[in-house]
Amino acid sequence: MRNRVRIMIPLALAGLLAAACTDGGGTAAPPSQSQAGAATAQADPDSLPRNETLYTTGTQWGPPANYNPIREWDSAVGTKGLVYETLFHYDATAAKLTPWLAESGSWTDDTTYQLKLRTGVKWSDGQPLTAKDVAFTFEVGKMETIPYHNLWDWLKSVEAVDDQTVKFTFSKANYQEWDFMLYSRSILPEHVWKGRSEKEVLDGVNDNPVATGAYTFMSKDQDRVVLKRRDDWWGKAALNMEPKPRYIVDIATPSNEVAMGLLLQKGLDLSNNFLPGVANLVKGNFGLSTYYAEPPYMLSANTAWLVPNTTKKPMDDPAFRKALASSVDVKKIVEGVYGNLVKAASPTGLLPQWEQFVDQSVVGASGFAFDTAKAKKLLADAGYKDADGDGFVENKDGSKISLSLIVPSGWTDWMESARSIAASAKTAGIQITPDFPDFNALVEKRQRGDFDLLINNERQLSNSPYTYYEYMFQLPVQKLQNTVNFARYENKKAWSLVQELDQVRTDDIEGMKKITSQLQQISLDDLPVIPLWYNGLWAQSSTSVWKNWPSSAGGAPKTPAVMWRNWIELGGFETLTQLQPTGS
Amino acid sequence: MRRYFGRKLLIYGLTFFVAVTVNWMIPRFMPGDPVSSMVARANVTQPAAVEAMTAYYRNLFGLDQPLWRQYLNFWSALLRGDFGLSIWAFPTPVSTVIGGAVPYTLALVVPSVLLSWVVGNRFGAYAARRKLLDNTVLPVGYLLTATPYMWLAVLLAWAFGVLAGLFPVAGGYSFSLRPTWSWTFLLDLLHHWALPFLSLFLVALGGWAIGMRNMIIYELESDYSTYLAALGAPSRLIRRYAFRNAVLPQITGLALQLGVLVAGALVTEIVFAYPGLGSLILKAIQNKDFFLLQGTFLFIVLGVLIANFIIDIVYVVVDPRTRAGMAGVRA
Repeated sequence: MRNRVRIMIPLALAGLLAAACTDGGGTAAPPSQSQAGAATAQADPDSLPRNETLYTTGTQWGPPANYNPIREWDSAVGTKGLVYETLFHYDATAAKLTPWLAESGSWTDDTTYQLKLRTGVKWSDGQPLTAKDVAFTFEVGKMETIPYHNLWDWLKSVEAVDDQTVKFTFSKANYQEWDFMLYSRSILPEHVWKGRSEKEVLDGVNDNPVATGAYTFMSKDQDRVVLKRRDDWWGKAALNMEPKPRYIVDIATPSNEVAMGLLLQKGLDLSNNFLPGVANLVKGNFGLSTYYAEPPYMLSANTAWLVPNTTKKPMDDPAFRKALASSVDVKKIVEGVYGNLVKAASPTGLLPQWEQFVDQSVVGASGFAFDTAKAKKLLADAGYKDADGDGFVENKDGSKISLSLIVPSGWTDWMESARSIAASAKTAGIQITPDFPDFNALVEKRQRGDFDLLINNERQLSNSPYTYYEYMFQLPVQKLQNTVNFARYENKKAWSLVQELDQVRTDDIEGMKKITSQLQQISLDDLPVIPLWYNGLWAQSSTSVWKNWPSSAGGAPKTPAVMWRNWIELGGFETLTQLQPTGS
Repeated sequence: MRRYFGRKLLIYGLTFFVAVTVNWMIPRFMPGDPVSSMVARANVTQPAAVEAMTAYYRNLFGLDQPLWRQYLNFWSALLRGDFGLSIWAFPTPVSTVIGGAVPYTLALVVPSVLLSWVVGNRFGAYAARRKLLDNTVLPVGYLLTATPYMWLAVLLAWAFGVLAGLFPVAGGYSFSLRPTWSWTFLLDLLHHWALPFLSLFLVALGGWAIGMRNMIIYELESDYSTYLAALGAPSRLIRRYAFRNAVLPQITGLALQLGVLVAGALVTEIVFAYPGLGSLILKAIQNKDFFLLQGTFLFIVLGVLIANFIIDIVYVVVDPRTRAGMAGVRA
């Protein structure tokens, strides 16, 4: 008897445990839904009704530290786009600027741009928006540490002609960059910002922002920021638009796993994180959707490039770079590492949205594709031979080639990709070792040009392929290369073509094509950077509370569903106006 | 008595000085430069603007001065209670960032350590020499201590959070609430706190229970217990004496545990996305935020020192031998 009890107790415990687990299998009502039921408790401002709130994540990785629209890189989510607004929005599908705070704008002569503001736009403190505010915003750029300070290299003056009209006079009209400025810069209220010192403008927290946008900040905490819709927003009448969620809560999730957990609990409506294996969830019955129901699932946001350091041997040799490009099996990365969540890039590296600028005849004649045999032949023709028989080619002078490819530690998809690149380069006879330094260490090496190869994707979709060519060719090469031309590639002709492109009117597509075609020729002949794949505009949306998410299906909105900084004015805002509550 | 505490305080003072110095050194000798990565995030294209920004921030954080100056500045700022600005959550002062996180960590760590210690000791003592319990509680205890903490936490989050939907998987409180002194909010706070607490509590519990059980068995077999039993004392009394003796090493263990537990809370806070010091440490390291890292470490150093000091006092109270020793020194 005694012995039996002894055996029975652990068994009973195990049974209890198993029961607890199987109980878990049955889907109990998630807590979020019971909150949706409590939507009637609207009178309580401290508890947000689920059916009027949009929960998002994937932009912030830390506490919302400031509401400063000048700090476009670390301000709280929505500071630009939801709270502060820009003169125009940019519609990437139609490739055109949409008037926003501005009613219209046009070049009155070659170097003069005239802007008409909408009437009836008010700041959140009741003051009207005037041309003076716009002029003030651009004047702020005269301060040296302001990110758009370089505008004043080619802008001569900005002047408020009357309350609704602003006149910009340029010393050199960089049309392409100017369009970018028009939809990228938040307009500031002069009556609030006037008199702020450079330190305050650049580093100020800017609590309780006075702005024109459709939302205001309601509260924040270490891991979230809460925005509330303004019901007196000017756009309701002027644009006939209204963002549907009354509240937006943006959550800083510490890892993608947590985002995934929240998404499955239906406590999250939109995740702009990279979630590996999300394809299975989209196909399964989890109420999740992405832009495309089939590969590549996501829109393309930017190009991931393999950047060779062109100041080092043998990467200084275009023939070697071409061989390297042909040796990389991008398809294997797209399928094996990403499970088809991304698309292989075209040899030009230009995003699909810029397809009209791709000169197919140039690509046909000079493009490259994965071909190990060709890579081997290119190496042999250029004089890279494997003399010591270790399976890897040597430099022309006989010294060993051993390159390291660096990607940030912890970026698991890129780490896998780097391993894959090393493996496929090996079959062509190029020795590459993947290395994973800490992100900050990588940034430092990248700036100083102290690397062999790296992967980078920091240039996002924009209004013009100009931004991509600036990324490839910008000169002069500095001691520290911060954001562009990490390859330290020097080609004066290419850079002067890029500057020429900048001065082509944005509506002169043919004129742009003529130059981009020449630039493609150079980029394909010389391969200063090697395009790999198009990174996705990661967007997983849950249809449990909000529906009508953007998708490729007929009738659905085509704007991106995204809260990333600098993307809200690229259609992220329009997506909010198209949402519908699932309950109704 | 005074000499005892005087000596202790001196040791603590020295430890503090060394810890703070090491704390100042470590981030500065890590590879990478916080200002250049901060500026890199700003995505400025114009080289001139980059230089202007870099110089400006170097000056702002005092990183353009020689190392010995930085070190002196660090101490003088520290004594004024100024931890500087966080680089990661720029421009929030470090003290504000830490202030927001400390309540969560304390609310998590203190109850789980103390409760698991009390419950574990009681339980272990009770289980010792009781065959039935010994055969059931002990294996479970071994299982709990041997489980890798990370794994247990993920399992709890997955089972009770994602599958059963009983508990939230992220945040210190619901994303739909604002902090107020209402019952809804407090209950919600508790709801979010439960799983992380449980994971910490369970893992620590097993260890304490096993330790106590072994200690009690040892004490019950010692001469004084046998003597007491021979005198005919009731076994309750003998157990009480055994418990008093057995608890002393456990107190030392508790002091050690307090230091280790902040590291334990780090994993907890990451798995459950709980906003405490642990997640701050991780972020500070990832972003090379010298000042935040210094602040959090300083806080931990202070916490461990204070906890140890309290344990020292407790020792004097509970262990007559310490008091006797001090008296002997004086005599």
